[in-house]
Amino acid sequence: MEELNVLLLLFILVCAVSVSLTKNLLSAVIIFMAQSLAMSVVWILLESPDLGVTEAAVGAGVSSLLMFAALKKIHRVRDEKHEKK
Amino acid sequence: MKKSSEAFKNWLLSGSDPLEEEMIETLSDDAAEEKQAEEASPRAKKERRSLKQYLYDSGLYRPVRILSSVALCVMLIVMLMATVMDMPYFGQADTLVDSEVSEFYVKHTLEHTGATNIITGIILNFRGFDTLGESHVLFIAVCSVIILLKMTPKEEDPFLHVHSDDALDRKLEKDLILSSLSRILFPLILMFGVYIILNGNISPGGGFSGGAVIGAGLILYLSAYGYKRIQRFFTYKTFKTVSCLALLCYTSSKTFHFVTGANDIHVPISLGTPGTIFSGGLLLPLNIFVGLVVACTMYTLYTLFRKGDF
Repeated sequence: MEELNVLLLLFILVCAVSVSLTKNLLSAVIIFMAQSLAMSVVWILLESPDLGVTEAAVGAGVSSLLMFAALKKIHRVRDEKHEKK
Repeated sequence: MKKSSEAFKNWLLSGSDPLEEEMIETLSDDAAEEKQAEEASPRAKKERRSLKQYLYDSGLYRPVRILSSVALCVMLIVMLMATVMDMPYFGQADTLVDSEVSEFYVKHTLEHTGATNIITGIILNFRGFDTLGESHVLFIAVCSVIILLKMTPKEEDPFLHVHSDDALDRKLEKDLILSSLSRILFPLILMFGVYIILNGNISPGGGFSGGAVIGAGLILYLSAYGYKRIQRFFTYKTFKTVSCLALLCYTSSKTFHFVTGANDIHVPISLGTPGTIFSGGLLLPLNIFVGLVVACTMYTLYTLFRKGDF
């Protein structure tokens, strides 16, 4: 159990750093989603399953969907080929 | 597999939302006029560029800027680390400084609230007033989003053209994997959400988590089947009625609570047998009201961001 915990926390750390280092906003949102999912597993390991359920539904589900919709609205997602031209 | 990812990519990359295309057209007219004006006076353009350069790319202050930002980051990290060092070690028995309150909660929640899930007992009973405020904050957030993003129909606003839902649905490409998967998943998600809400007082979960799960399920249904099908049971009117009624019921039952016993010492409603669904007095209805508000809020936020309407 200890190893799994350390692994998950390391994963969360890597995700948190790479979210801020990613230039592409779309991949940043997806990495953020993965971080939320790992976080929800950590909540369950810390014996608070209610927080785990909420984190999975809100952090990984609804908030990333809202960010996708917002990115779409402000036209920040562009084709890479487009940008090279 | 390839097709579904392509559809998602197309949705993200192209301006294929019919609403948005119209908006861009009206916007681009203005932009073109601006461009013409700019071309007419190249001097103004030059001045603007130089100002921009001065603000963002000035070579002289670059090292200073980098150094100061690094120093700020280091300062922030040191401050946060110092705070973390001050905190007690994780998982030690004697670390809780104010253990009196938590001890009281652990020992007496069951007897005062009738809830085997202590967290729900605290959230909805001892600190029910907090949760009341939280539900209202969610409602106010949705209200502000409605004010900002809700589109007005064509007749009232000449700048925006709202297409009929048929056109919107035709644009939403039917995806075989998504629709057949959500046919199985949507009832399960909905059932899981209802289960979390109803069992909030005896097992982990409660109004907020269950409501969030139901809201996510509604969003899945919307993206799988389109606006027309979800409008059979969820419209703007439904949102208004359900949210307002749930908040009103929550407020009135909380008021009743405060009037009859303030700090939850004397609840006139019987607490029932601990461990059954109908236990804990007001906890079950309060959980249901919070869940309704949260589910409506989640779905409404998404659909307002996506379409600007219901």
